[in-house]
Amino acid sequence: MITIEGLVKEFRVKNRDKKYIIKKAVDNLSLQVSKGEIFGLLGPNGAGKTTTIRMMTMEMQPTSGKILYAGRTSEADALAIKEMIGVVPQNINFDNDLTVGENMELHARLHHMPKNQRKQRIADMLDFVELSNTVNLMPRTLSGGMKRRLLIARALIHNPSILFMDEPTVALDPQVRRKIWDLIRSLAANGTTVILTTHYIEEAEALCDRVAIVNEGRLIALDTPEAFCQRMGKIAVEWDSPEGRQYRFFDTRKEAAVFAGELEHSAHIRRSNLEDAFIELTDREEGM
Amino acid sequence: MVSDIVTVFWRDWIVLKRRLPKFILSRMVAPMLYLVAFGWGLGRNIQIGSGSYIDFLVPGIMALNSMNISYNSLTPLCTERIYHKSIGEYIIAPMRPVAFIIGKIMAAVLRGLISSGIILLLAFAFGARMNITVTYIGVLILNCIIFAEVGFFAALSMDSYEELSQVNTYILLPMSFLCGTFFTTSALPDFIRIIVELLPLTHTSYLLRGIAVQSPVAWESVAVLLLYAIIGFILGRKAYNNQLK
Repeated sequence: MITIEGLVKEFRVKNRDKKYIIKKAVDNLSLQVSKGEIFGLLGPNGAGKTTTIRMMTMEMQPTSGKILYAGRTSEADALAIKEMIGVVPQNINFDNDLTVGENMELHARLHHMPKNQRKQRIADMLDFVELSNTVNLMPRTLSGGMKRRLLIARALIHNPSILFMDEPTVALDPQVRRKIWDLIRSLAANGTTVILTTHYIEEAEALCDRVAIVNEGRLIALDTPEAFCQRMGKIAVEWDSPEGRQYRFFDTRKEAAVFAGELEHSAHIRRSNLEDAFIELTDREEGM
Repeated sequence: MVSDIVTVFWRDWIVLKRRLPKFILSRMVAPMLYLVAFGWGLGRNIQIGSGSYIDFLVPGIMALNSMNISYNSLTPLCTERIYHKSIGEYIIAPMRPVAFIIGKIMAAVLRGLISSGIILLLAFAFGARMNITVTYIGVLILNCIIFAEVGFFAALSMDSYEELSQVNTYILLPMSFLCGTFFTTSALPDFIRIIVELLPLTHTSYLLRGIAVQSPVAWESVAVLLLYAIIGFILGRKAYNNQLK
């Protein structure tokens, strides 16, 4: 289990007057992630998702707060914890002076994989993401989708029990995105804990067991996608008015139909989704 | 930790091996020009003490060249950090920061030594005569370590390649010419000489030159270089830690 307690990250940034001000990227974040769970961090741009992931993977030190991996703190047991985590970063960060195979080998060596296992494991992982024929190519020659899949393969070489994925499908076409979703599902089915950040709501809805909605560094809500929808009302009525797009949520389709019938504008009745919950929660937060 | 140092070094060795012919050829250009211009051309008729100017010049060129090569070997880390973000792969790895620093410095030292070997061969071809000992090589290694550390620190501290080139312009370039490489520091005005004689390259130039003519080793200069190496390592460690902030 991963436990985050009162996590805070502050940055010193220059304002317009060239004076330093403190900006809180993550503000008193506390949550728990269970073993084998697919856990989503959902939020608009600049919500603090990547900063949270970077602190959890020890790429960045928190200003205050604690991160515990099965009761062990990231400060005291950093090396042991790093052995069991894999990271798929948001940025494509291959070593451009090494081939695909060499990039994979570097990762395997950095994670202390025995020499006699490396070659086979690299071949298996490249096969897993259908990139076996790229081993001698330079990463820059691959397409965006191939690079993303390669990032996943690299993160999995050392067989991590916890996988962090920061916007794993950003800027990918739908086919590749679905392929990566299948990959993530198969990893979780094999017992890997997956923590992913995304601003694609349908991605969080399709994949995650639980979702934390964050905005301006704060945790706004944490629940299963289904529970979020139930909380709002299972059925949504959506219509356009002079003030813009409007929504109302109802527990039953009958109630929704009655309401839609009374409207002067034509309306669309559908099941509510995580996007509705997300917009409701983040709008409410911004209006505060 | 040793295996981590080897891994970091392995990465740089793979890259160097792939570019070795280009590396060797490109590293021959500057020393060849120095030897032709200052040694063969300008210095042919200059006598320094009992030896020729080329014998005086070669240790200086080796000092400045090993400085430049070691420094520049680690400056690509700046691009890896800012643009490619590939340094993140090391930060998230179960590896002590010290292993990363040592591995990178060892790779830079190797480049510095290969380059020094090239100069030595060229110098002998140009007719230089000098005494090369284990201490001579040890001083060269120490010089490579110091400037690899400067390169490491700069690459992890500067925010752009432009800023990084300023280190070259304002620190390395003046040192290349003033630190006893082409002429003795005694020719400099006192206020400049005092500063110049505090700099590591001056100590390296004088040590190499002394060993080359079989003079007793100035151990106080070795101590100064060791002190610089320790300070450089501490600064490198600090720069690495700053990546986590």
